Amino acid sequence: MAMRKIPVLGGVALVIGLAGGAASAERYGIGRPATEAEIAAWNIDIDRDGRKLPPGRGSVSHGREVFEAQCASCHGSRGEGGIGERLAGGQGTLATSKPIKTVGSFWPYAPTLFDYIRRAMPMNAPQSLSDDDVYAVSGYVLHLNGLAPENAVFDARSLAAIRMPNRDGFVPDPRPDVGQ
Amino acid sequence: MSDDDTTIPARRRFLVQGAAAAVGAVAGSARAEEATPPGTPEWMKAPGADVGSQTYGTPSRFEAGLIRNVPKGLKQYTSASSRSPLQDLDGILTPNGLFYERHHGGIPDIDPARHRLLIHGLVERPLVLTMEDIRRFPSESHIYFLECSGNPGFEAIKGKTASDLVGLVSCAEWTGVRLATVLREAGVKPEAKWVVAEGADAAALTRSIPIEKCLDDALLVYSQNGERLRPQQGYPLRVLLPGFEGNMNVKWLRRLAVSAEPAYSREETSKYTDLMPDGTARQFTFVMEAKSIITRPSGTQRIAAGFHEITGIAWTGRGRIRGVQVTTDGGRTWQDAALQEPVLNRALTRFRLPWTWDGSPTTIASRAIDETGYVQPAFEDLTAVRGLKSFYHNNAVVPWRIAADGEVANGYA
Repeated sequence: MAMRKIPVLGGVALVIGLAGGAASAERYGIGRPATEAEIAAWNIDIDRDGRKLPPGRGSVSHGREVFEAQCASCHGSRGEGGIGERLAGGQGTLATSKPIKTVGSFWPYAPTLFDYIRRAMPMNAPQSLSDDDVYAVSGYVLHLNGLAPENAVFDARSLAAIRMPNRDGFVPDPRPDVGQ
Repeated sequence: MSDDDTTIPARRRFLVQGAAAAVGAVAGSARAEEATPPGTPEWMKAPGADVGSQTYGTPSRFEAGLIRNVPKGLKQYTSASSRSPLQDLDGILTPNGLFYERHHGGIPDIDPARHRLLIHGLVERPLVLTMEDIRRFPSESHIYFLECSGNPGFEAIKGKTASDLVGLVSCAEWTGVRLATVLREAGVKPEAKWVVAEGADAAALTRSIPIEKCLDDALLVYSQNGERLRPQQGYPLRVLLPGFEGNMNVKWLRRLAVSAEPAYSREETSKYTDLMPDGTARQFTFVMEAKSIITRPSGTQRIAAGFHEITGIAWTGRGRIRGVQVTTDGGRTWQDAALQEPVLNRALTRFRLPWTWDGSPTTIASRAIDETGYVQPAFEDLTAVRGLKSFYHNNAVVPWRIAADGEVANGYA
């Protein structure tokens, strides 16, 4: 492969510290501008407060149907776990000698359910569910944890309104805590 | 290995035509004496394989047992890990084919010509970069270790070998561009505090990186030990955060979102957080603290009385290893091991201590001290603070018990 020449910017030689110095503040003119449409299509992460949740809605009852068809084979029909992780139960166990970490007992933010299901689930076909189905399945998993009634319908507003039991359960890293 | 154990090929058979040469010789069970003085081994009596008979070289067929340590009987292998065979490696660099693996949605098969990196969010100029674009930026090469945060879990310390116990660490020379360089190209706005990195794998794995790390020593790398990244290590592009837990070093990188807040993704809320005995969980536990392990003699090996070089590896996410101490008497006394130069920042460091075993049962272990003065703790000291359920960031001393018959075994068990 032929060596590619580094572009010279304005005739100024670039001095790059190899061992930790900051790179030049100059721009190289590499790459092309991203369009709004390109960004919108790839910008899928959902913040913890749910401000970035998309339009759409889904009911717990529809979520049960989607879950049975797409999720139960790994996670169990009641979210009890199997090939996939346990999703339900375990509230009140975190400070015991047998903590059970599930969506209901451990996850701090409900919008993260939407984010994770949409990007990564089901494991054999991620990003295959419609946003409506992701709302529905998110709602059903909350229902399995006693955090939503049978007749609930979830959308951006109602999903963001769910307060997860372990919302305040996370603390900053205090290390080094041992070994000094 | 004694001479009597030596296996030599009885017959070597060659195809005359170059690239099609059959490299594998016919295994045989010729007598060991032929390769022992005064004999002459078979492999001296005929020409060896042709130049170019392997266009991408592989290890000797006698090293076929040197492979990744893949756990047996997992429920699935899409989100799982395999370990480097630490006890059979020398030096500080991990061969690319033996680098540990941890994937969350399998290994994607990415065409680099079609791969794109999108940079957006709190930047002046959102950018789309091709792999050719990324390789045009000024490049750097550095040797850094990578370690999975759960290496091993506090309740998974019954493994037999060094690899079973801490094989989720590897080290390579990485080549790429400073993340700071690429971010400056996009123009980071003053309110930026985090960069959310996302992979192009089936998990679209997402982790948030503090802007300070992004503007410090973070790299976007495309090469590993001189060749392009292996698919298992993020081909064609990954994040490399020296000293930070493995899963943050997002592989198959497709997107960097510059933001004022972390993403609070599943991986940084419910997954890679450390549950304490009081029920709270530590979050954003980035740095891998100082650690070491003796790789020889180590579990499942067998030694005889007499001279042995004790050797192993040490590393710290906080900089350089200052020293490694070794005990050969179950922790009563500790001696300074010799450190093999170069001792590099956030790389594996090889240590050695000459030792003569008198044949009596004992326990050997190593502990690392890093440049901050931090001393690798004992398992009891760590778990006294963190309990047994925090899973991640177990950097405890690993003891090896040596029995009267020379059998080396896990000293925790």
